[in-house]
Amino acid sequence: MLYIMIPVNSVVNEIPARLDPESAEWLRVLGGAGPQQEAALARLHEMLLRIAQREARRRGPRLLIAGPELEDLAYQAAADALMAITGKLGQFRGESRFTTWAYRFVIFEVSAKIGRHFWRRPDVPLEAEDWDRLPDRFGFEPAQESEWRDLLAALRRAVDTELTPRQREVFVALVLNGIPLDALAVRLGSNRNAIYKMMFDARRKLRAALAANGYTDDDDSGHS
Amino acid sequence: MNGWPALDRFLQTDPRDVGCGEAMEMLHVYVDLVAAGSPAEQRYPGLAAHLRACGPCGEDFEALLAAVRDAAG
Repeated sequence: MLYIMIPVNSVVNEIPARLDPESAEWLRVLGGAGPQQEAALARLHEMLLRIAQREARRRGPRLLIAGPELEDLAYQAAADALMAITGKLGQFRGESRFTTWAYRFVIFEVSAKIGRHFWRRPDVPLEAEDWDRLPDRFGFEPAQESEWRDLLAALRRAVDTELTPRQREVFVALVLNGIPLDALAVRLGSNRNAIYKMMFDARRKLRAALAANGYTDDDDSGHS
Repeated sequence: MNGWPALDRFLQTDPRDVGCGEAMEMLHVYVDLVAAGSPAEQRYPGLAAHLRACGPCGEDFEALLAAVRDAAG
């Protein structure tokens, strides 16, 4: 079976002192060998697969993934997560329960795989700039266009004049074209953190530009 | 103006926001605190700020919390 083939990182030199008993037991059996370890790997794989299936089924339809593709994605996510977990056992520092630490891997795997899968769709616009979608994106109603026309025109001007070319590209992809952030990171050869940071800086610039035009007070401190 | 609140929320940035890297690194710790009913947001305000603003990290947080709660029965 799959999990029996996975080499478990034997570098569990030191089991963190303040572990709860269940986490300590997981570390002990996974870091060991023989039938106990195999049984633990099987149990962990089963838990990861259940989570992957639930997440894939929850997120998949929104991204037009269904059926066998969705099941494959869940199985791959569980397998890859198990591989990552066994390879990083020595990095578990006991800051949380072991299972919470382990579940994190499979959640991230599902997110990453759905992001990659996104580009199998044939109808994805990346470079197109459909500014007519902007009002709907934020819930501005056509019947009240006279109230928001100037604001969105100012926003568009700020996108064109205040953002760097890369920030503008990210804004267009995420906001106008509705590309999921993880999928955009894949396409740009980047990662979630870098894309988020780019958009964070862009949002700050745009808000400051709107404030300069009297649309908002430009106070970003202490939001809750 | 009906769409302004949504646009305003989108443009707001919280200087405490730790970004995706740190959020992903600490997500399991944060989720255990939330699941235990501890004041996670007070202990990690920068992470909480990030989860409010970042769709993918927020979704991962909800998924991990659901998994933990499901396992707890």
